[in-house]
Amino acid sequence: MRRRIVLIILLSIFIGVTIWITEMGSLKYMQPKTYSDIGRQTWNHLKMVGIAELLAIGIGVPLGIFVTRPGLKKFATPIVGAANVGQTIPSLAVIAIMAPILGYGFNSAIIALFVYSLLPVLRNSYAGISDIDPAIIESAKGMGMSRTQIAWRIELPLARPVIMAGIRTSTVICVGTATLAVLVGGEGLGKIILTGLYTQIPLLIVQGAAPTAALAVILDTLLGGFEAVMTPRGLKKG
Amino acid sequence: MIKLENVKKVYQDGTEAVKGVTFEIKEGELCVLLGPSGCGKTTTMKMINRLIPITEGHIYIDGTDNREMDENELRREMGYAIQEIGLFPHMTVGENIATVPTLKKWSDEEKKERARNLLNLMGMDPDEFIDKYPSELSGGQRQRVGVARSLGADPPIMLMDEPFGAIDPITRDRLQDEFLKIQNEIQKTIVFVTHDINEAIKMGDKVALLKEGKLIQYSQPAELLAAPKNRFVRDFVGSDRTLKSLRLMKVDEAMKESPRVVKEDQDLESVGRIMEEEGVNYLIVVENGNKLKGWINREDVEETGQGKVTDAMVTDTGAAEIGTNLADALTVMLERDVANIPVVDGNNSLRGLLTFNDLQGLIGETYTESGGKHPEVPR
Repeated sequence: MRRRIVLIILLSIFIGVTIWITEMGSLKYMQPKTYSDIGRQTWNHLKMVGIAELLAIGIGVPLGIFVTRPGLKKFATPIVGAANVGQTIPSLAVIAIMAPILGYGFNSAIIALFVYSLLPVLRNSYAGISDIDPAIIESAKGMGMSRTQIAWRIELPLARPVIMAGIRTSTVICVGTATLAVLVGGEGLGKIILTGLYTQIPLLIVQGAAPTAALAVILDTLLGGFEAVMTPRGLKKG
Repeated sequence: MIKLENVKKVYQDGTEAVKGVTFEIKEGELCVLLGPSGCGKTTTMKMINRLIPITEGHIYIDGTDNREMDENELRREMGYAIQEIGLFPHMTVGENIATVPTLKKWSDEEKKERARNLLNLMGMDPDEFIDKYPSELSGGQRQRVGVARSLGADPPIMLMDEPFGAIDPITRDRLQDEFLKIQNEIQKTIVFVTHDINEAIKMGDKVALLKEGKLIQYSQPAELLAAPKNRFVRDFVGSDRTLKSLRLMKVDEAMKESPRVVKEDQDLESVGRIMEEEGVNYLIVVENGNKLKGWINREDVEETGQGKVTDAMVTDTGAAEIGTNLADALTVMLERDVANIPVVDGNNSLRGLLTFNDLQGLIGETYTESGGKHPEVPR
């Protein structure tokens, strides 16, 4: 309840600030961005985050699960280790490294975002499966469940909330990182921020930053709700 | 029937966990695999349902080599319960119990019926528990559900790895008693792993004592206590093995039936005469209908002189109930500081008399039975 109130207050501040700036006649020597500009860039932003995130889920979840399979466990340490190390590199650095390799443009922006989003998804998928109490797996095996039955009936349902939490974290981080993607030719709300920086108009920066923050809060809440739906009843606390 | 024939387990790193074990478990028997940690008892058990592959030798289940069966089919015919229980937290109690029935594609009604029956068998109200999740249960209840789940599809064989190991001693004791009662009804062939000698003696029809992958002694619990094969067995069963063997015997087996009694309204003179005749210093006092009332001592009779038995008798007297074990009876004697206690049934009717001499006789027997060996030589 408390959390919800905080969320609503935050969201109203972000949206309120955006409206306030948009309604201003002029910012120094420039016009503020119009609602349609903001709408278009929000859509672009969402598109980048969405594509990058779908790629991250499509590759991160299966990869994270595969390295928990017997026989593939030897790949777990290098892959998950690499993911953990990757996470410590600042997002700006990831994007900066990607630029010379992939060139400029929407696609390289998406690939840079995907690489950065992949890590939490991969790590949580791996942790979700490998943190299951071994006694649960042993008793499933001892009662005559096949590997596939154990995967579908036991491991995936139990790992689902953890995997979902990874996707949620990754998405929220991605919304923020996506503002930097304009540096390598991406679109989105980062463009407004960048313009504000170039022209040295703080309010223009805020006009791009506030909707970005609002977007992050909204996505976090939506995915949080989805996570709760995906959590099996017996695992819920209280 | 389970038959192990020269079964060996060598791990890839060369560790020999089980070094050629041969024994047979008869149908309906509870066989305890006992030994210190690292003795290969769990490995031996897990080779029966092939959770651990056998390196050498054979295990026959009702005459069929278990390696010739499909491993999942094999496991579905054997209940499996472990110390950590491993209930599926995302499934209800009912779904957990119906795990193997689900794998065997029973209908929903059959599964529900079975789950309800098993909960009843475990002394848990089906209406209350069937839709609960494991996280809502206490430790003892989870353990019961774990056992119920291993009985899910009514397998003829059960494998249990320290199933009562992780719970507090009082609950464990109760669960053991309950399980013995259940086993009396269901008569499964059970392989029961434990490191606890007391549990082994209490639960086992047979005990297989292992050490470093070898079978040291395979016998009935009483024999294990009375006739330990070597130093290791003697040390493992403990120096209190006499007390332990008392735990295996019932009061009924050692008491004297129909001891001499007096009625509570008899006069003291006649009581004195009876004591003289019998050459005893005490007599049990009963009420009409043979209900135990107390004791009367020669001293008190002489001191009181005249009157009824009620004037001189001692009412506060310990008694052993029929069906309890001799160790408990001995405890009562020691607590009350008496050498004799009456044995009563559930209605407090006198059934016999147990004397310290009888117990001593039995203790002596277990020592002479131990292959002519004398009581332990001090080290």
